[in-house]
Amino acid sequence: MSAYTAPLADMSFVINQVADLMGVAALPGLEEATPDLVEAILEEAGKLGSEVLAPLNRVGDQQGCVLENGVVRNPDGFKEAYGKFVEGGWNGLPFDPEYGGQGLPWLVSTAVSEIWCSANMAFSLCPALTVGAIELLTTHGTRELKEYYLPRLITGEWNGTMNLTEPQAGSDLGSVRTKAWAVDPSDAAISTFSGMGACYRITGQKIFVTYGDHGLTDNIVHMVLARVAGGPDGVKGLSLFLVPKVLPGAGGSLGKRNDIRNVSLEHKLGIHASPTLVLSYGDDGGAIGFLIGEEQRGIEYIFTMMNNARLGIGLEGVGIAERAYQHARAYAAERLQGRNVENPGGGSVTIDHHPDVRRMLLSMKARTEAMRALAYFSGSCLDKARRLPDPEDRLEQQALVDLLIPVVKAWSTDTGIDVANTGIQVHGGMGYIEETGAAQYLRDARIAAIYEGTNGIQALDLVGRKVARDEGRTVLALAATIKALDKKLATVSGDHNMAVIRGRLRTGVEALNHATRWLVETYPVNVAAVTAGAVYYLHLLGTVTGGWLMARAALAAEAGLAAGEGDLDFLRAKLVTARFYADHQLVGAAALATAFMEGGEIVATSGPELV
Amino acid sequence: MKVLVAIKRVVDFNVNIRVRGDGSGVETNNVKMSMNPFDEIAVEEAIRMREAGTAEEVVAVSIGPAQSAETIRTALAMGADRGIHVLCETQTEPLAVAKLLKAIVEKEDPGLVILGKQAIDDDCNQTGQMLSALLGWAQGAFISKLAVAGGNAEVTREVDGGLEKVSIKIPAVVTVDLRLNEPRYASLPNIMKAKKKPIDQMSPDDLGVDVAPRMKILKVEEPPKRQAGVKVENAAQLVDKLKNEAKVI
Repeated sequence: MSAYTAPLADMSFVINQVADLMGVAALPGLEEATPDLVEAILEEAGKLGSEVLAPLNRVGDQQGCVLENGVVRNPDGFKEAYGKFVEGGWNGLPFDPEYGGQGLPWLVSTAVSEIWCSANMAFSLCPALTVGAIELLTTHGTRELKEYYLPRLITGEWNGTMNLTEPQAGSDLGSVRTKAWAVDPSDAAISTFSGMGACYRITGQKIFVTYGDHGLTDNIVHMVLARVAGGPDGVKGLSLFLVPKVLPGAGGSLGKRNDIRNVSLEHKLGIHASPTLVLSYGDDGGAIGFLIGEEQRGIEYIFTMMNNARLGIGLEGVGIAERAYQHARAYAAERLQGRNVENPGGGSVTIDHHPDVRRMLLSMKARTEAMRALAYFSGSCLDKARRLPDPEDRLEQQALVDLLIPVVKAWSTDTGIDVANTGIQVHGGMGYIEETGAAQYLRDARIAAIYEGTNGIQALDLVGRKVARDEGRTVLALAATIKALDKKLATVSGDHNMAVIRGRLRTGVEALNHATRWLVETYPVNVAAVTAGAVYYLHLLGTVTGGWLMARAALAAEAGLAAGEGDLDFLRAKLVTARFYADHQLVGAAALATAFMEGGEIVATSGPELV
Repeated sequence: MKVLVAIKRVVDFNVNIRVRGDGSGVETNNVKMSMNPFDEIAVEEAIRMREAGTAEEVVAVSIGPAQSAETIRTALAMGADRGIHVLCETQTEPLAVAKLLKAIVEKEDPGLVILGKQAIDDDCNQTGQMLSALLGWAQGAFISKLAVAGGNAEVTREVDGGLEKVSIKIPAVVTVDLRLNEPRYASLPNIMKAKKKPIDQMSPDDLGVDVAPRMKILKVEEPPKRQAGVKVENAAQLVDKLKNEAKVI
């Protein structure tokens, strides 16, 4: 089993130098988020992560969850760990102080979430899903629902879930069949909840409900997408309901169990400690649910919450990559095998002396750092989009968030899988043996490219809604900002590393501009060709934006080194990863652009019979 | 009753200790630093006393460089009420620390002073005992249990032969061992509250204590690398080696 240590030095560096904590802490309502406070928070989160959550990662993988007599049993230690998490007040970090949250920036929440994902991804899903329920309730819930449910969700005393998928309704939620009908308010059975607003009965079956049942909390707040009887077909007919596992009782206490049954527990490739439920609603006449917002606007509400959720999934990619890197690095520093290629007469050396192994470790490290930079940068944009005083500025930041979210989600999770995969390779044969622990990261990471919108769907969202719709305005503005860094890079191009980074970034951003112009021209006339290669475009945008942020990190590191300020070893290592990233990742930008612009045609013109 | 807790900023227990290239000491630049683990136990015990109602106020004291304020902040995030920071950029020896603490005790008038039994950097294990002698107070060192009632503190001490239970008069000085308690994790709301709790800063001069070292460190060296062992064939060979090679029997 490997130890996990939160990479506090890099986290702080990225938060301050790349993601503009100063700018975020200047926003109204976020003044408390000073660098020293943020550092203290990360340090304590790091402790909880490495001492409480990380040691359970392996246990959770091996034991998994079990459904016994209709009740879900969690792996050993998870209940106690969740108790510590709630006691520590971590669940409420970014939320409204009015309901018991701490009102800290999303930027800080992003970094802290990365720690939970690294320490124990399967555990982290429970609080991650609660975030979605809190967002939905905060934005669209009635006053009464908020007063009853929000404080308990914000502390984490209760958790939230998303009930969207059904066997026939996966990526296409329009085919949801779960039914809802309004209950007569005079019905005696529901008189206790009259304060909660419009009351409905729900019947149907939901699958893939993460943390849909478990023993960590006394109540679970399900957000359920269902069709009110008589409503239109497709996504337009869907409404959203809050359906609690246990109904409210008298005086705010817990009342009767709702009509929800655990049908089964899925057996999955990874995240074994995260219970994935099949839930049946209304076997006994209809589960009771409360309408969120208005009827037939459910899908719209779900989409407003998606940005945050997808940022969270992207962090799973970052978190797993970091953990896999730490594991592989530790192994490579101990494993003696072979002779140094430059000194074949010498004794055996640890495998991190072999250039190919070093290449793998550096590629893991550099890509993880680039993903972290992009995720934190997006978190910072999210704070600005919500709190900048000028509405124009807010819109501009929101457009940037909307553009980057599918990239954070899909690029980081695809890369996370890749990094975990490389981690196994570093271990050689031992990596393929479960006891080593490297394989779990790959199995756990795999789901992140699938749920919360597959990465293919993310790419469609990017090329269609985020780029074609505004004719590339937002992405071209971002590309112009990236290009503008060239001037700054030119001032330090006496340094060989910085000169290389500058050249590679310039080529990369040209490829991005070129591909974007092609996308905007082609989308209206050949949507099949654009969407066939959309994943390449998404990776292109991720690669170049990551390269830009790594270049900014390199500039800050260079300035620190020149002034002799800060942790010089760390700054030197940052220059190495930035240079490595430019040489090994940014160089791929041109190829991705070509595959995007030229590779779609053969796909678009070949029907399913040729596949 | 007021409880005073002394805490020290040390190299984190997870860090591999390296000796500085010039042999002048242990490398502390850009090394992760944390609160001495024994001191965390001391802070935890004081907070538990306040929570149980046997203490009214917990004051955390640290002597050290500017960054020691961060260590005090950690104690405040765990639940201590306020901090005192004696700013001292040079290395302090246990006697100097004990004198500084005595001066603070005279100002603050606590009923109990709790210290870690030793700091994991120099492992001196002297400060608590010296402080008790300077104050003329009772002491209970290496305790694994503490109960304050009336004018006494019942303590269980971990000694070589087992456990020793003693009753000491308060005010007293106690130093804590590992098994006394398990320190809590600071909660997020408390980390945020800690920012607003007061830390008084003062200098050794303010307290009238001369902290100049009485010892001179000539050189610090890495311990010799351990040599690989050998497997012996039988007991006779082992006895022979112990007799003639190791010369221990």
